[in-house]
Amino acid sequence: MGGTVAVLGHHLTIYRRVWRGSVFTSFLVPVLFLLGMGISVGGYVDERQGPLGVPYLDFIAPGLLMSTALQVAVSEAMWPVFDGFAWSRRYEVMRTAPVRTRDILLGHVAFVQLRALIAVAGFLLVMTLFGAVHSALAPLALPVGVLVGCATSIPIFGYSAHVKSENMFAVVMRFGVIPMTLFAGVFFEVGAMPPAARALAYVSPLWHGVELARGATLGVDTAWSWPLHVGYLLLWIAVGWPLALRQFTRRLDT
Amino acid sequence: MSLIEAQGLVKRFGDFTAVDGIDVRVEAGEAFGFLGPNGAGKSSTMRMVGCVSPPTDGQLRIFGMDPVRDGPAIRSRLGVCPQQDSLDLELTCLENLTVYARYFGIPRKVARERARELLDFVQLGDRADSPVEPLSGGMKRRLVIARALINEPEIVLLDEPTTGLDPQARHLVWERLFRLKQRGVTLVLTTHYMDEAEQLCDRLVVMDAGKIVAEDAPRALIERYSTREVVELRFGLDGLDTYADKLAGVGERLEVLPDRILLYAADGDDAVAQVHGRGLTPSSVLVRRSTLEDVFLHLTGRTLVD
Ligand SMILES: Nc1ncnc2c1ncn2[C@@H]1O[C@H](COP(=O)(O)OP(=O)(O)OP(=O)(O)O)[C@@H](O)[C@H]1O
Ligand SMILES: [Mg+2]
Repeated sequence: MGGTVAVLGHHLTIYRRVWRGSVFTSFLVPVLFLLGMGISVGGYVDERQGPLGVPYLDFIAPGLLMSTALQVAVSEAMWPVFDGFAWSRRYEVMRTAPVRTRDILLGHVAFVQLRALIAVAGFLLVMTLFGAVHSALAPLALPVGVLVGCATSIPIFGYSAHVKSENMFAVVMRFGVIPMTLFAGVFFEVGAMPPAARALAYVSPLWHGVELARGATLGVDTAWSWPLHVGYLLLWIAVGWPLALRQFTRRLDT
Repeated sequence: MSLIEAQGLVKRFGDFTAVDGIDVRVEAGEAFGFLGPNGAGKSSTMRMVGCVSPPTDGQLRIFGMDPVRDGPAIRSRLGVCPQQDSLDLELTCLENLTVYARYFGIPRKVARERARELLDFVQLGDRADSPVEPLSGGMKRRLVIARALINEPEIVLLDEPTTGLDPQARHLVWERLFRLKQRGVTLVLTTHYMDEAEQLCDRLVVMDAGKIVAEDAPRALIERYSTREVVELRFGLDGLDTYADKLAGVGERLEVLPDRILLYAADGDDAVAQVHGRGLTPSSVLVRRSTLEDVFLHLTGRTLVD
């Protein structure tokens, strides 16, 4: 426990020095996206009086909230983890102190979730200011954001410890983050897609997060019952953790 | 009880054997060295002693404890200076030390005080609040050494503490390490510089290809495996072997290198006189004291630094 806290403290100390640089990508970009899409595309969509029942901006806001959690958590689990092994060798230094490899992993995972939580909280505040929040359950979107952050980033910790080159991160963006952001229910209901594409959306952790977040901020029913969505995200964590720990052990305990 | 005790210690990576059954004992208060060329297995050994790399085979005890079972307990009493400088470039010198102190459960206030003292000790006191990034190589190395001392370790492991530093920076590091030793801290270091080994180590082992090829005090090794003096002769580039024949019997022993011939003799000047006496006119002659380099050459047939 003490080891994990020290690792978290280490990352926080560094973050205190560099946080300004992260505000733009982890907060301003999604907000600009929300306003741009919500107002421009929303104009067309809302005119047609579709089946959404709420303004388009309010519909996509919880989706963007979760994709923010995804983006922040996954990118924080890529380059900084690679850095810890290959460039700064920060993990190697931690390992010389009386911490265990699992503390090093858990402390960094905790830091990444904190980063995701800060971004999600900021975004949720903006949503509230724009009147996109319709339910008192909205604060539940925060733990959902952390859940999405964990489910997506923990396996990526393992991936980043495994790859030999940082070029491999483009693969994650191209085949994971971007398709999920586009097709996992952020911008439109997955029911509008053909069955094969819909199945892929069901497999993606993001869709389950979006369903839960939409339930929280709009007060609508989730597609499946909420424990199923939560359970599915927990499954990603349960599978991801041992994989990540194995890769960290392979790199740090040889 | 020895602080570090290794018997038949082996480290394999797949099929490759990096450390091939070494026996080592390090006593409290001594400065112990691993001298060897690139790839000899020095870092692999240090990482096993530092309890971050489990031994493949053999016995290893540090403070009488088992490195695999008691890793964290042992590491809390060790200071480690890894081969490559790894510092948080985003942080100040002071923060680099205080952040690391947290891993040892040192309270913040104590950590700050101790960090300032250590920065003074490595002569970086005036840099405490400046970022690490612009520091010179020698300063970074000293900062890493200061960090390794934050937990007041009983043993400090230094993996090539001065590689890549200019002579002035090296001397400063040596001087600080010498002071540590005077305070009773046990030093274990690796190096491929014979002068470093001679200056700092009470006792050392010469490693080559994962094995220990000799072990003793630096001077004793030189006395045992070399002569008091060495004469370096150069004869242009061609046919050093033919000169070797003509030099037979001069000094105690002779070694032909690609670019020069080494004559091992108790009295170098006398050997030079004999060379001239045989009508030979080398293009250059250098008489010097024997070093660990000569010991290494004698034991392995190769030079230490290529
Ligand atoms: N993690 C590893 N996986 C595979 N091989 C390794 C690993 N670490 C070291 N080796 C190999 O083991 C051998 C010994 O390496 P080691 O780093 O211990 O040597 P060294 O004496 O410290 O050399 P140097 O002076 O270059 O630092 C080398 O051939 C190296 O390639
Ligand atoms: Mg080495």
